[in-house]
Amino acid sequence: MMRVFLVLLVLICAVPAKAQQVPLVADLSNHLVAITTGFSGTDVLLFGATDGPGDIVVVVRGPARDEVVRRKGRFGPIWANSDSVTFRAAPTYYRVASSRPLDEFASETLLARQQIGLENIRLLNSDETLPAVEVTSFRQALVRLKTDESLYEQGLSDITLMSNRLFRTALHFPANVPTGTYTVEVYLFREGQITAAEIVPLTISKIGVGADIYDFAHGPLAFLYGLLAVLLAGSAGWIAGAVFRRV
Amino acid sequence: MQIYLPIAEMSVHILLVLGLGGSVGFLSGLFGVGGGFLMTPLLIFIGVPPSVAVGTQAAQTVASSVSGVTAHMRRGNVDFMMGAVLTAGGFVGAGMGVWLFNVLKYAGHIDLTISVGYVFFLGVVGTIMLAESVPGVLKKRPAAVALAARGPGRHMWMHGLPFKMRFRRSKLYVSALLPLAIGWLVGLLVAMMGVGGGFLMVPAMIYLLGMPTQVVIGTSLFQITFVTAGTALLQATVNQSVDAVLALLLLLIGVIGAQIGARLSNKVKGEHLRIMLGLIVLGVAIRLALDLVIPPSDIFSLGTGEAAP
Repeated sequence: MMRVFLVLLVLICAVPAKAQQVPLVADLSNHLVAITTGFSGTDVLLFGATDGPGDIVVVVRGPARDEVVRRKGRFGPIWANSDSVTFRAAPTYYRVASSRPLDEFASETLLARQQIGLENIRLLNSDETLPAVEVTSFRQALVRLKTDESLYEQGLSDITLMSNRLFRTALHFPANVPTGTYTVEVYLFREGQITAAEIVPLTISKIGVGADIYDFAHGPLAFLYGLLAVLLAGSAGWIAGAVFRRV
Repeated sequence: MQIYLPIAEMSVHILLVLGLGGSVGFLSGLFGVGGGFLMTPLLIFIGVPPSVAVGTQAAQTVASSVSGVTAHMRRGNVDFMMGAVLTAGGFVGAGMGVWLFNVLKYAGHIDLTISVGYVFFLGVVGTIMLAESVPGVLKKRPAAVALAARGPGRHMWMHGLPFKMRFRRSKLYVSALLPLAIGWLVGLLVAMMGVGGGFLMVPAMIYLLGMPTQVVIGTSLFQITFVTAGTALLQATVNQSVDAVLALLLLLIGVIGAQIGARLSNKVKGEHLRIMLGLIVLGVAIRLALDLVIPPSDIFSLGTGEAAP
């Protein structure tokens, strides 16, 4: 909420400077990513224009969720999970793209305030008694594991600028992308400050047979879903037995 | 071609799923076993969440046991009374198993529990199978299967238990507590490890209950059918962890594989089959045991969706 407020604040402050001309416009090629039965990841094109030179930063955030990070320890001869840290409201998906490396045009304080960059994601640890060193190593593990799953990424899909006015970048969503409402934040940086910002919403949801099955299984009729699955399996087995007995 | 599994929430290559279903089905037909003990670890290995692997496998076991139990019912090889008592115990065990599974999942120990359970049960069963079959083959004589001394004159501690019941088809007069306990343990295994439990129930019925061998398989399949169906129903209602698409894909090719395996099993000597199965069972156990003791490449892991509610 605070983040949205800040972005709005920046927008309001930025607009009056050039009353008529909008400094930044951006949109997506697609506002809905449909996860169908054959879904294996997709690219969404982000494009836009600025009113002059500047650096563009794009931040994509997925819906927030509690994430548990577990650490294994040795118990006699076997390795088992020993301790864990729960990070409250961690983004399920996070991606940063920029027209230049972030540290070349933006101050660390500003990036931290806007939560731009993997090291600046605000992760609230549920256990406040834990020493800071421990939390840091669990935090690094979360970012690393999420990066391994291609759910967190920084800088790989960089932004193409054309004649300092037009920009575009492809945002990749892998096959294991979580569903929900995403926000795509586009920032225009000039002389180390954010001069304009825009938020574009993006919805990722399951569509088609897969979605119907998911809703059926997770809805109030979960029992009926289970019953159907069992009956389906049972009759498949019965038919197979009957068919092959005659062959 | 990738296919999206709606409950597992992941996309896998369709050939991988079909290959898994076919080869496990083939082995289950060849050896006359359920195959859950191979399928569940393999599903977890390809990235299916453990709860979905276990729940889906329960539904899939319904299919293979239904086709088996109907065949045995036609030949009159099912002791329905015994089957009912075993099933009653199985339902209690399955209910407790689903509950325990969730407790362990939120504590972050479910992977470990499944692995240790497999290592223990498969290790013991595989060793017994090899120990029983290998000497027989080496000495070119039938193995000593007649371990179960039946009939009057044998009196053990369990024959002193109360609530005696008469099981006509098995020609037994034993305490109902015994089959209840066996069924309970099997139900627990179905819910927590995604196995049918036949590998445990069949020896228990022969050696512990002293049931005649011709009714053992049919009766155990009868229990497995109902207990796996009940477990799948419970998993679907409580945990939403039965992936119908995955189960159906595994099933379709699995039944064909099972039939091919069953045809082939007539051409191979029983002793050799038991040794092969023993080696496979022991192999899975050793593989899982190694994973437990070898230092992990990354000591950190994400407990996705495991945050306590």
